[in-house]
Amino acid sequence: MNVGLEHYLIVSAALFALGLLGVIVRRNLLVIYMSLELMLNSANLALVSFSRFNDNLDGQVMVFFIITVAAAEVAVGLALIVALYRKRQTAHVEDLTTMKL
Amino acid sequence: MALPDILFYVFAALTLLCGVLVVANPFSRNPVTSAMFLVLTIISMAGLFVLLHAFFLAAVQVLVYAGAVMVLFLFVIMLLDLKEEERRKIKKLGLIAGLVSIGAIFGIFAKSVLQTKPVANVPVPTVEGATIPLGKLLFANYLLPFEIVSLLLLVAMVGVILLSKKDLR
Repeated sequence: MNVGLEHYLIVSAALFALGLLGVIVRRNLLVIYMSLELMLNSANLALVSFSRFNDNLDGQVMVFFIITVAAAEVAVGLALIVALYRKRQTAHVEDLTTMKL
Repeated sequence: MALPDILFYVFAALTLLCGVLVVANPFSRNPVTSAMFLVLTIISMAGLFVLLHAFFLAAVQVLVYAGAVMVLFLFVIMLLDLKEEERRKIKKLGLIAGLVSIGAIFGIFAKSVLQTKPVANVPVPTVEGATIPLGKLLFANYLLPFEIVSLLLLVAMVGVILLSKKDLR
């Protein structure tokens, strides 16, 4: 069976589900952040495969923008985590429940 | 099976395996291990991009993600000097809820993909993600978003410098 669009989309969906599982299950802020990167990457894979099989380069330009925005987002997020760690000495979500009623 | 198809299965399996090891590594809960497996995931995904003829994006993926972003991650992990998560139990309830929800989401995705009728006689894709057509598109049709993204990077840079100042007020 020839590898077509649906194969790539299934891989992308599985990767997205993995990232979501990481966000839900893991309790370390940095690992949660890495799982978010995994989800962004699965979106990239879906966009590139759509672009390939629709004969249209626009999807790849979109991926280019996603990568740029993800880099900016990682920088800001990690700075926030470092600032939080300096204040609270923890990077564990169960220790960060001040807003819980 | 042709060679690209075999390569697709190899890279897809590698991507998913390393993805599992990022999220749920049975041997180590150390964030450094997760980061290293995330690098492997991203590199095998660059292999998938090459199979999709997106050569420029494959290079960018390796350079920006596996290079810059992951170095940033590792730098922060080592800066914070996180102890191994002293074997905190993953909550049973959270695990079950997570597995059920991702199972549902993956089921929806897979079902909708598989139920879509493939278009009859798809033309052989000809689009090539080489640098020149991508650059032409980026600087002609997408000039405004490009400039906005550059502004976004500037804003992010200023924000990060402000956040990292010693006396955060």
